[in-house]
Formats: sequence, C-alpha cells, structure tokens
Amino acid sequence: MQFNAMAFVDNLKYMGAGMLGIFIVMGVIIAAIYGLSALFNKPTKKKKDTEK
Amino acid sequence: MFDFLYNSFLALTWQQVVMWVIGGVLIYLAIKKEMEPTLLLPLGFGTILVNIPFADAVTETGPLATLFNAGIANELFPLILFIGIGAMIDFGPVLSNPKLMLFGAAAQFGIFFTMCLASMFFPINDAAAIGIIGAADGPTAIAVAIKLGSKYLGAIMVAAYSYMALVPIIQPPVIKLLTTKKERLIRMPYRPGNVSKATRILFPIVITLVTGLFAPSAVSLVGFLMFGNLIRECGVLNSLSETAQKVLANLVTIFLGLTIAFQMEATKFLVPETLLILGLGLFAFVFDTAGGVLFAKLLNLFLKEKINPMIGAAGISAFPMSGRVVHKIGLEEDPQNFLLMQSIGVNVSGQIASVIAGGLILTFFM
Repeated sequence: MQFNAMAFVDNLKYMGAGMLGIFIVMGVIIAAIYGLSALFNKPTKKKKDTEK
Repeated sequence: MFDFLYNSFLALTWQQVVMWVIGGVLIYLAIKKEMEPTLLLPLGFGTILVNIPFADAVTETGPLATLFNAGIANELFPLILFIGIGAMIDFGPVLSNPKLMLFGAAAQFGIFFTMCLASMFFPINDAAAIGIIGAADGPTAIAVAIKLGSKYLGAIMVAAYSYMALVPIIQPPVIKLLTTKKERLIRMPYRPGNVSKATRILFPIVITLVTGLFAPSAVSLVGFLMFGNLIRECGVLNSLSETAQKVLANLVTIFLGLTIAFQMEATKFLVPETLLILGLGLFAFVFDTAGGVLFAKLLNLFLKEKINPMIGAAGISAFPMSGRVVHKIGLEEDPQNFLLMQSIGVNVSGQIASVIAGGLILTFFM
C-alpha cells in the first residue's frame, strides 16, 4: 500500500465526468418517461357533474 | 502412524483462528441481529470453512473454487440475483413523478468521492471497486470489483453488505446533521399519477436501451435488473415473477455468500488494507447520503414548492431500507408527515443510478 496525495487531485476529473454522466443519463431517462407517459397514460377523467 | 489425526492442528495458524471468529461474528449478526441473514450467514459459515488447514473445499478442483469460477469470476451470480431484485421493484412512484430520479443521481456522489480518496492508497482499479461500496448495492459492487480485477473482493463484499444492513444506524445522524428541524418538517403531498400498463412494460426496455447506449459496460447489470422488472410488469408471468423474487434470489444469494467466502482466507483478508477498505466504505455511504440531502437543499433554493431534503438521502440504493429510514425520521418529527412514497421513489431511482455509476466506472477504467 502506497500513499500518494496527488492521486486524489488527479482522479477528480473522473468524479466530475462520472457525476455529469449520471445526471445526463438520468435526464434522458426522465425525458423518456415523460414521453412514455404522454403516449400511453390516459388523462384522469373528470367526474361528470350529474346535477344540472 | 497417527500423525494424520493431528496434522491439521499443527498447520493451524492464529490468523485462521481469527478468521473463525470473524466467521462466527458474521453468523451472529445474521441470526441475532438479522443483518442481511441470507448473505451474511453463508458468508460467515464459508469463512470458517475456507480457513481449515488442508480443507478440500478450497483446492483448485474443490467445490468452492468450482462455484467461484462458475458463478463469480464470470459475474453470473450477481447478474442472476439482479433478475430477482428487478422483479421485486415497483417503479410506479418514479413513473408517477420522474423528477425524483435526479436525487438518485445526486446520491452517487459518495462513490466517486470515495474513489478519489481511495486512489491515494490503492491502484485506481481497486480504488474504483472500493468506491462502488457506496452504491449500497451488493451485486453491483461484486460485478464491478470482479471486472476491474480487484484483489479485495472479500473485504469489499463484507463492507458493502454490512453497511447496507447498517443503513438505519448510519443514515439518521448524517441526515439530522445536514438538515434543520424546519426542513425535516416540510410536507410533500403525494399525488399518484395514472401510470398505464404499457408505460410499465416499456419502461424496463427503454431504460436498458438508454443506459446501454450511454454506458455499454452497464448493459449486463441494467439488462438483468430490467429483465426481472419486465417479468414482474408483463402480467403473464406472475409465477415466474414470484419465483424470481423469492426462490431464485434466495438460492443465488446462498451460493453467492458461500462462494465469496472463497476470498476470505486469512492470508487475503487479514491485511491492513481490509480495515482501510471498511473505513472507506463507511465514508462512501456517508457521502452518498450527504450528496442526496445537499442536492435537495440546493434545489429548494430555486423551487416554490419546497422539497423535504431528507428524501435525497434515500437515493442510495439500499432498497427499501433507505426509503423507510427517511419515512421514519419524517414521522418522528411530525406524525402526520408521510414521506414513504416519495422516499421509495427516490430509493428505486438510486437503484438505477448506482448501476449506471457502476457502468460508468467500468467505462473509465476497463
């Protein structure tokens, strides 16, 4: 086991890329869910007012 | 003439006896504390088994070595387990409120931060495998550690599953430290949306396609998880879904625990690195929790309808424990504050996000 403090700084780029990557993929998935919902989810029917 | 009777005694080392004690502790935690018993019990027993001198179980052609090569070295066991997990998960809360997925993404911060911390002590492949302990997702941790060729698989697995079981102890202090009482009292009325069957069926297919295109290294992880969910949602394979959730998942977990014990030999486990890995794993869980909570607090700066920041903590994928922990803290603060559906929604998002995080790490370092 070695100790190399600079490795922390060197690998921060992976942290940035990784977090950005996750948010991008999750963003696309969110958009896809909205797309699926728009295509397949029926709008909730409003209760008809039977009393006139 | 009778030396065959005491040869094993003479070959016994104090390190092996320590491993028996560790195995005993794992069995105790599984039975007495009910901490992940399906996994810790076989792991504990296997730990004792592999630390018996001249044990035939660990020879090259022995049963544990055979099981290891057949199910762990090629990631088969964790992937099959994912079918069961996928069949257990109801993605309904996320499909009703897709924005919850952002918290699942934010709560993966601990994985990457811990990876950077671990890289100060370990080569990057081991550091990445240690960071993924924070995924709070045993099969992902195992699969990533194997693919990256980490030699610390045993310690990583013990840390991942032990901390998953300790979520109700680890998370509350972190959540309370990072939130004010006023924030913890924020109510979030649950508005269940109308999710059609077609959406539920297409969701696992779409997730597999999207994740596969962005992170091809995560396809097997996501694919098996989503296949399990497709079995659940298709509506024509109910008995298969039940089997995947219970029998298949339990059976694979038994073999997984017993086989991982193959890595628990004293010479491999009783090294200073193990303690460091256990410490870094705890760090990963804490920073994951913090990442989710702080992200929710950040969003609250811009939102009119405030979010209870505690739900961000459920973004670690220890499902459904983390969601329940958040719900319980909410009820402690205000018995009328029901956060279960929102926190479970974030929790299942964390399951997807942790797999994506695993896939991205594999993309970076393979």
